Amino acid sequence: MPFVPHTEADVAAMLAEIGAPDISALFDEIPSHLANGSLRDVPAGRSEMAMLQMLAERADADAGYTCFMGAGSYDHHIPAAVWDITSRGEFMTAYTPYQAEASQGTLQLIYEYQSMMAVLTGMDVSNASVYDGASGLAEAMLMALRGNKKNKGGLVLVADSVHPNYTDTSRNIVRNQGIQIEALSLDASGIVNVHDLPQDLSPAAVVIQQPNFFGRLESVDVLTDWAHEQGALVIAVVNPMTLSVLKAPGDWGSEGVGADIVCGDGQPFGVPMASGGPSFGFTCCSQALVRQMPGRIIGQTEDLDGKVGYALTLQAREQHIRRGKATSNICTNQGLLVTAGTIYLSLVGPQGLREVALASHHGAMQLFDQLTQIPGVSAVFEGPHFHEFAVRLPVAAADVIDAMMDQGILPGLALSHFAAGHVSEAENTLLVAVTEKRTPAEIAHYVSALSDILKNSTQVAS
Amino acid sequence: MSEVPAEYKYVATHEWARLEEDGSVTVGITDHAQNALGDVVYVELPEVGQQINAAEEAGVVESVKAASDIYGPITGTVIAINSVLDDEPEKVNQDPYGEGWFFKLEPDDLGELEELLDAEAYTEVCDEEEH
Repeated sequence: MPFVPHTEADVAAMLAEIGAPDISALFDEIPSHLANGSLRDVPAGRSEMAMLQMLAERADADAGYTCFMGAGSYDHHIPAAVWDITSRGEFMTAYTPYQAEASQGTLQLIYEYQSMMAVLTGMDVSNASVYDGASGLAEAMLMALRGNKKNKGGLVLVADSVHPNYTDTSRNIVRNQGIQIEALSLDASGIVNVHDLPQDLSPAAVVIQQPNFFGRLESVDVLTDWAHEQGALVIAVVNPMTLSVLKAPGDWGSEGVGADIVCGDGQPFGVPMASGGPSFGFTCCSQALVRQMPGRIIGQTEDLDGKVGYALTLQAREQHIRRGKATSNICTNQGLLVTAGTIYLSLVGPQGLREVALASHHGAMQLFDQLTQIPGVSAVFEGPHFHEFAVRLPVAAADVIDAMMDQGILPGLALSHFAAGHVSEAENTLLVAVTEKRTPAEIAHYVSALSDILKNSTQVAS
Repeated sequence: MSEVPAEYKYVATHEWARLEEDGSVTVGITDHAQNALGDVVYVELPEVGQQINAAEEAGVVESVKAASDIYGPITGTVIAINSVLDDEPEKVNQDPYGEGWFFKLEPDDLGELEELLDAEAYTEVCDEEEH
């Protein structure tokens, strides 16, 4: 169905039909003392040309940097075909296209997406996506508490190595629902301390991120076993790009019992970083928990003629059927970004995904080795990392970031605002990510630029 | 006209309760209810050992067009659940008073059973609902 806006003539005709002088008259029933006058300050519209000029200026301010920042949003290559196809009108302007009689194309695409995510995570079921990784974690917590029949205590243990934005967002969403979030502390190497796991807290769920916020690899098998022994469900938060190389959460645990819920952010799959959004969150779970899953789920079925078709299924979870007792109030999915993600996965395939992940990891390890050879620069954590790592500098990270940006490099994320409690001298630390897009020349430039900056700063200091 | 066995007890929320010889009480939903719901696709039953209170939610019955709560007719502890319904939820439609039973309770107080509706009173409730 094409999108057709109203013309001024259409609007005038409708107003004449109902006998209203103008659109604002339709709001006359709102008492004047409730009217919020702040919209008066909205400036007049601009022409397309003026608007494009303004946006080009703003984009320029952020453009031209080689990106070594990660922390949940990564500069991966997006093949041109992804947005060429995703920008088609049938995908781009369709509104809430879940009706089986009108949207078989969209529904089939979502079904393919769900199938791919289930295979990647090693889980039984995937939903059609939620808004993003952070809110997806909150939904996963709520889901785990509904699904854990044996433990209604409302305690969720979240590793300190989970992305702080995810933990904060989850706290906001769950705190008025009788859920308590407590921390699992880290050891000196930047992962959950498996020698000091609490034994009598009775958590209903445990949240583990892999790779964790610092790029470190957690002892996921030990943690999964321990969580299950404690009667808790395991929620895995993962970077889906790493699933082609790391063990699928569905296989975590010594017997391969696996995590119970897997969530995370799909941005690495064909979604531009775009200053932080939009993106999509994925949620996968075991068959036993499927009725607790929030969000849309598309199923495959047959029509009256026996032909394969797709439709919304298990709708009794959703609020249009179950109202206040629904699993969530979400009644949509991130359709456009899921379309991009699914096309991306179809294009690169399992082998391509593996190549992207390995190239990212190798680039990161090269940069890590070279950076830690610069005098004064050291690794914050020892142990296996995946394509992301934290380094400690001999000077303030903020100053290094400024100086590197003058060289056209975004060197990483200053950890002082994100991990002050878990990293000593946090104001001197940087979280660095490398993707397959970073060339040997770019990596070499990073190293030489940082060396020069640090040499000059020590000279200045002495 | 829906079937309303004379010897059972009923609640206005369309559950039936049957006192067994061993003093336990079996609970299900009525013929009127299964007919209104349409094809049942899933039943969420309480857990064995769970405490059920009268007029409180004990489970959910899901059909192709709706999901409705099941309420405890009386207070008691669940001693058995009908796991046949896991794979054959259609039994609720086919045989709501027999093979479509939901759970059995050990009642706290049999006197509560006496306060429930009898077949005649329940039939009146259904008739009134149809207006």
